Amino acid sequence: MTGWERFTDSFFNARVMEQYLPKIIEGFGLTVILALLIIVAGLAAGLLLALLRAFAIRPLNWLIIFTVDLFRALPPLVIIVLLFFGLPSAGMELSGFASTWLALALVLMAFSEEIFWAGITSVPKGQWEAARSTGLGFVATLRDVVLPQALRLTIPPLTNRTIAITKGTALASVVAVQDILGAAHGAVSHSYNPSPLTMGAIAYLILFFPVVVLGRWIETRFAWKR
Amino acid sequence: MEDFLLAFLNWQIVQEAWPILWDGLKSTLALSAMVVPLGIAGGIILAVLSTLPSPWVRWPLRVWVDTFRALPPLVLLIFLFAGLPFAGVDIGAWGAVAVGFFLNTGAYYGEILRAGIESVPRGQIEAARSTGLTSGQTMRHVVLPQAVRNVLPDLISNTLEVVKLTSIASVVALPELLFQARQAQSVTYNATPIVAAAVVYFILLWPVVRLLSRLENRQLASRR
Repeated sequence: MTGWERFTDSFFNARVMEQYLPKIIEGFGLTVILALLIIVAGLAAGLLLALLRAFAIRPLNWLIIFTVDLFRALPPLVIIVLLFFGLPSAGMELSGFASTWLALALVLMAFSEEIFWAGITSVPKGQWEAARSTGLGFVATLRDVVLPQALRLTIPPLTNRTIAITKGTALASVVAVQDILGAAHGAVSHSYNPSPLTMGAIAYLILFFPVVVLGRWIETRFAWKR
Repeated sequence: MEDFLLAFLNWQIVQEAWPILWDGLKSTLALSAMVVPLGIAGGIILAVLSTLPSPWVRWPLRVWVDTFRALPPLVLLIFLFAGLPFAGVDIGAWGAVAVGFFLNTGAYYGEILRAGIESVPRGQIEAARSTGLTSGQTMRHVVLPQAVRNVLPDLISNTLEVVKLTSIASVVALPELLFQARQAQSVTYNATPIVAAAVVYFILLWPVVRLLSRLENRQLASRR
């Protein structure tokens, strides 16, 4: 075999690829579901924390800030491993899927709270005062005056952060989830051929490349004219 | 409650496991000291190349950057570590981590530095060139220093992410902090070493997170 033949036989082996394609497609579905669940839970929790923080209740805010800092400082894989391998010692068991979901949702919660909060504080104080003086209550001011402006500002950083954290779903393979990477890695040891990894990499590109390009577009589209 | 403490915050286990964790911490620091400069070097190359006006450079460069931003780092790492040996290229765990981080974090640093370079007004480049500086000198002495200052929060933020990301090296059995913690856990049958590793990460990175949160608030607020 020439070097080129050996290369294609290893990385683009049609027989192996055909055999493991269904597994990769299953993994693709799992990755998408996991990613969507993380985004929904993480962003909702992040927005909730930012709104709670707006009420300026001191002890509560300290707790929020500490929680956010904690999940920004810890590597996602450490949180996943802690939940998956650690919790059973306390008699609680989480599946690999649930551990990854919870860990990454908490991380996204932390990052999005920071971004939402920065958006809220960027609305000038005068607007709060003006809205309140027209007779709007605190909640109405937050909902109808501050948030619409704050959210627009948060879209570009939020999109990029969400994409970066969602890519972390590949970490699920470490705790035996059969997501794209889990399925591909398993198939490599079965077939003793790395073609499934090539397929896995292509699957991730199909999934995330458009999202990255979209993020780039959003960044220019929503950029504030200076 | 007592069972919980024994399983998670067992001081005796911490003392037993500490030498193992300490080795891991040293590897994590060495790893960071290796991959951060590698990523920055990759980023500078990409950012400087992106200033070339030719579309033959611009578009392939953009596809390159977006590809490595779209590919999860762990996928890249596994590919380099478990895939490449089939092609007769075995670069080992450290090699796979070095190449993977160069490609992945280089793309991120590249995007940040590119934004920084674009933030320096064109007139400055023209002025620098008209004083007789070559384009290389202009880049090094005029553009890059200001570019770096303009995107400093993003650079620090990305560096924090890179240091956190070194934990994925545990997957290819590189004995960094998380890997060592898992080892200690399997020796002691206790989750405390993993908790201890998390605490070490937190102590190490919390100051950076605090600093960033201040810088970011200021940055977003100044956009209006």
